[in-house]
Amino acid sequence: MELLECKNLEKSFGNTKVLNNINLTIPRGKIIGLLGKNGTGKTTLIKLINNLLTPTKGTILINGKEIDIESKKIISYLPERTYLDKTMTVKQIIKFFEEFYENFDSKKAKKLLEDLGLNINQKLSKMSKGMQEKVQLVLVMSRKADLYILDEPLGGVDPATRDYILDTILNNFNEGASVIISTHLISDIERILDEVIFIDKGQIILTQDADELRTKENDSIDEIFRRMFKC
Amino acid sequence: MNFNNNIPIYVQLIEQLKTYIISGQIKPGEKLPSVRDLALKTKVNPNTMQKALVELEEIDLIYTERTNGKYVTENENTIKKLKQEYAKNISAQYFKSMEKIGYSKKDTIKYLKELGEDK
Repeated sequence: MELLECKNLEKSFGNTKVLNNINLTIPRGKIIGLLGKNGTGKTTLIKLINNLLTPTKGTILINGKEIDIESKKIISYLPERTYLDKTMTVKQIIKFFEEFYENFDSKKAKKLLEDLGLNINQKLSKMSKGMQEKVQLVLVMSRKADLYILDEPLGGVDPATRDYILDTILNNFNEGASVIISTHLISDIERILDEVIFIDKGQIILTQDADELRTKENDSIDEIFRRMFKC
Repeated sequence: MNFNNNIPIYVQLIEQLKTYIISGQIKPGEKLPSVRDLALKTKVNPNTMQKALVELEEIDLIYTERTNGKYVTENENTIKKLKQEYAKNISAQYFKSMEKIGYSKKDTIKYLKELGEDK
């Protein structure tokens, strides 16, 4: 049974079709890049998988079951924008996660935050944007989930921190779990990807093994992407 | 490890591991760390590391001992052969580069000898 399956998925907002005819299978144990330009439907697809939007047509199956409230237990989701209460300290947020998610490993979270040199007694509002993003990523990766969905995890952070974030993802995803990373910063992440999905104008236009694609096109994923989507 | 994004990552891993083995940085018969540890060390996806190791196993440079892990071959001939192959390729490349700036093979060898003598 596949970890995630999207069948004939369609999402419209009013008369605008944002996603059309999405058929997608995500196996276990893979890191997958969901790559597309701005406004091509990446975040909409991710919100559908997280049951935060309802599809206009089609179905989404997790472990063979249609998504429902239970699927939130096995999906660990890093949204584009934070939903955390910024008046809380990191310590309080850890407590909150501990109570909220059965599979949250607070020891691991504390260790990762310490490695990053973050003070857990500090309020989120006193932290820089990059620091807040690190906290959020640590929280998401400290859950023992089946599927991690990271929406633009590298957005606001410097290149050195990007490397740290990639390492954190590599070191912490559960064996047998899969990670979907949506981004347009392709050159930064392509070294860790098993598979790439190119999405454009609400449709999936390519799904392939990353190294196979490099061999076929004799180029980096970043260059292939640039060529394919030249404005 | 720094990767060139234009070349499949597993190909680069294979090259790197071959170099470690033929240079003796990893010894014949030595046990390799687990796939996951190797992946963490080189900062690549464990699946990619696995793919590289499978290819090294296909050319008999490493072998798997059931339940025990992966080892570098004890057959020093295999390693020697690979080393010679590498030496040949690197030398051919060097002669080619020298030819581009006007050195014949003979001139190049003479130049190398001189270079070896000063110190």
